[in-house]
Amino acid sequence: MTIVNYDPRLVKTKDPYPKGPNDWKRFFSFNTDAKVIGIQYIVTALFFLLIGGLLGMLIRGELITPPSDLFDPTVYNGLYTMHGTIMLFLFLFPILSGLTNLLVPPMIGAPDMAFPKLNALAFWLVPVFSIVLLISFFVPGGPASSGWWSYPPISIQNPLGKIINGEMLWIIAISLSGISSIIGAVNFVTTIIRMRAPGMGFFKMPIFIWTVLAAQLLQLLGLPALTGGAIMLFFDLTFQTSFFRVEGGGDPVLFQHFFWFYSHPAVYVMVLPVFGIFSELFPVYSRKPLFGYKFVAVASFGITILSLVVWVHHMFYTGTPMWMRNLFMFTTMLIAVPTGVKVFAWIATLWGGNIRLSTPMLFCLGGLFNFIFGGITGVMLATVPVDIHVGNTYFVVAHFHYIIFNTIAFGIFAAIYHWFPKFTGKMFYEGLGKVHFALTFIGATLNWLPLHWAGLLGMPRRVASYDPEFAIWNVLASIGAFILGVASIPFILNMVSSWVRGKSAPPNPWKAIGLEWLLPSPPPHENFEEDIPTVLNEPYCYGLDKPFVEDEQFYIEKSLKKS
Amino acid sequence: MNTRIRRLKKKSFSNTFIIIIAVVLNILISLLMGYWSYSWLPIQASEAAHYVDNLFAFETTIGTFIFLGCTGTMAWILVFNRAPKYDESNGEPLEGNLKLEIVWTIVPLILVLAISTYSTNVNLKLENLGAKIKYNFGAEVPFVEEKKVFDYGPIDVISRQWNWEFVYPNGIHSSELHLPLNNKTNFRLITEDVIHSFYVPAFRLKQDIIPGSVITYSLTPTKEGVFRLRDAMFSGAYFSQNQTNVIVESEDVFYKWIKDTVKKEPQNGLNPAGRLYEKRLKNGNRGWATVKPAPDPKVNEVGSESRPHDS
Repeated sequence: MTIVNYDPRLVKTKDPYPKGPNDWKRFFSFNTDAKVIGIQYIVTALFFLLIGGLLGMLIRGELITPPSDLFDPTVYNGLYTMHGTIMLFLFLFPILSGLTNLLVPPMIGAPDMAFPKLNALAFWLVPVFSIVLLISFFVPGGPASSGWWSYPPISIQNPLGKIINGEMLWIIAISLSGISSIIGAVNFVTTIIRMRAPGMGFFKMPIFIWTVLAAQLLQLLGLPALTGGAIMLFFDLTFQTSFFRVEGGGDPVLFQHFFWFYSHPAVYVMVLPVFGIFSELFPVYSRKPLFGYKFVAVASFGITILSLVVWVHHMFYTGTPMWMRNLFMFTTMLIAVPTGVKVFAWIATLWGGNIRLSTPMLFCLGGLFNFIFGGITGVMLATVPVDIHVGNTYFVVAHFHYIIFNTIAFGIFAAIYHWFPKFTGKMFYEGLGKVHFALTFIGATLNWLPLHWAGLLGMPRRVASYDPEFAIWNVLASIGAFILGVASIPFILNMVSSWVRGKSAPPNPWKAIGLEWLLPSPPPHENFEEDIPTVLNEPYCYGLDKPFVEDEQFYIEKSLKKS
Repeated sequence: MNTRIRRLKKKSFSNTFIIIIAVVLNILISLLMGYWSYSWLPIQASEAAHYVDNLFAFETTIGTFIFLGCTGTMAWILVFNRAPKYDESNGEPLEGNLKLEIVWTIVPLILVLAISTYSTNVNLKLENLGAKIKYNFGAEVPFVEEKKVFDYGPIDVISRQWNWEFVYPNGIHSSELHLPLNNKTNFRLITEDVIHSFYVPAFRLKQDIIPGSVITYSLTPTKEGVFRLRDAMFSGAYFSQNQTNVIVESEDVFYKWIKDTVKKEPQNGLNPAGRLYEKRLKNGNRGWATVKPAPDPKVNEVGSESRPHDS
């Protein structure tokens, strides 16, 4: 057994903010409490989910009929570019940083993150680059409109020739987002490696912590490539250098390598924590230990390592030589193995359990269902001949929405519901949660399932108008998108009304095992304060009669007293 | 005691029976889906199409089997393992099973290696992509010697923001791509501005066209008809308009077309993006910024925008 040696007093800060824990103003200040920062991230990100979703519905409004009749095509291109950018950089990354901030310190028994001020800085960069990005809607010529890939030469064409243009602001926003993520990653990795509770060796960490560590290491390894590429693109656009500019002898395909070297692993940065969430929640709601804990833990790092050597599968038809295509097809296919290990482990965890279909569990099951589907279309896309036909068509759009919304966002909703009582101290309304799940599942399926067929028939992605034979799939998809829009209403209603006037939450409403559930709801500023628990066993020992920490009863009584 | 063992035996017998039925049913549905999957794809109009569709059907079959296997198990659990209301007891505390875990690591590994090997073979058979030669952008496109054997060509495919132009070996310029049936045809893929992609869904083939490089490419059309050629790499404002028709004709008709077209005077070719841009200017140039569309190409064969297509 590894004992982590550290003295909690080393990181103990002297009451960093003057007001009590129930002062709402702290959410609008440069607060250094990870729990405050977590909620700041999540609320900001959910706001941008609404904006990004609105843009998505505008896109689906345009595509409900074959001709381009709602917007000028230039406007359509700007809308879809901003939809993708906002959803990735202003919704998904921040909301996952938020959940990580909320969960990591309590789950490992740390009082806060390793670098609280850096943590606050990482968050406050989000509103800064969000504003930069939103301003780009109002500069002459409109926002960036070359897709979220921003491939040159299309991204450096700068039709109006102005120094300040949408594309330039886009690059600045993305670079700032990269800096924010790197700061965050340094913080998360340090915290997880240095600040675990006594007794919590690596193989006693919750899977969520494993996946966060795997994902954040990926950020540190990959992001420099994208940030470097973005800076070169900035120079090409603004100062006419020719890293990628063909007229000066540059190579536009080079950018694609920089871009995908990070942006493919970026998908894993987003999906790994969601795998962590699935691994946390399935045991709780089926009342069983996680099946094959060690395999699931190690599989996260299998995914991390493999994801660094698959990026060329985004470039199978850019003139990539045959040997390279075959090589990257094999590496890409291998990712299915550690991912499969996780999927089978989750299903085995459910098997023979005592299943409770509460809202978080429904989102987890829905997310797993969709992920199996999206994983299979992913394997199809990994094979070169099929990818050459369906690459850059709606099949790809449908596939990645199955991963990024139908899996990742489902997992995020599950996590929000599951840990809502812990961090707000209030219970949510189960009925509204179920309505939210039903609408989301129906809307998401209707939105993205039919689009696979549009893609198989050859409808390219990013078009503002299309041949009439694709109409039926697009009408269905648009109806699905509008249902998804409606689904946000019960969610907002639930979150706001439960937080304001919901029932008080007990410390452990789901009878879950985990350090965070030994804390009062909401936890005090420094979580366990003076009494850091000593971890004895693996997590998720449901029904095994193995206590997770030494002297569990003491913590349970303490949490009840404080709540 | 005896009766309990008998009951257990009976139970495990019926469980095995259910599992066998479920697996057989799953295999049947998966095969059916694989068979159906051909109908989800456009007409097979090139030599490659048949290989791609077979691979896709194979993947659909295996994919369906895995999907139904996993989700069927989940459905079973949701029906039979639901906790009664107020029951907060624990399930069976299984921590893992090393044998099972090794099996579900090794079996998928073998499966994905098999699929990859199959696709590698298809790749090696198709061999559409030839040389990719860099040249000084804006200068004359260099001549690239194609080492592979082909029956007809090379046809220059010139892509622009936002129109296509095809130049035949005898100097004909055309807005539509006419191809001789069952002839392995060679192309030189060229772009004059940004990245475009030469994508004909009925051929199941796609190749990006990179500025500053000329790419040679070969394919064999195997079905007569009119098929859409769609730009598949986002190329700016009027990207969706950057489409034209591929017309596959029997050799006789094709060579007759070549002979007739040589005599035609060059005129303005298809350029729907240009028309839309003119309309935009007339309406006060509203909308966000765009580069100006390339001027109409001067072609011997204009073709028709409204020609009905087979896929």
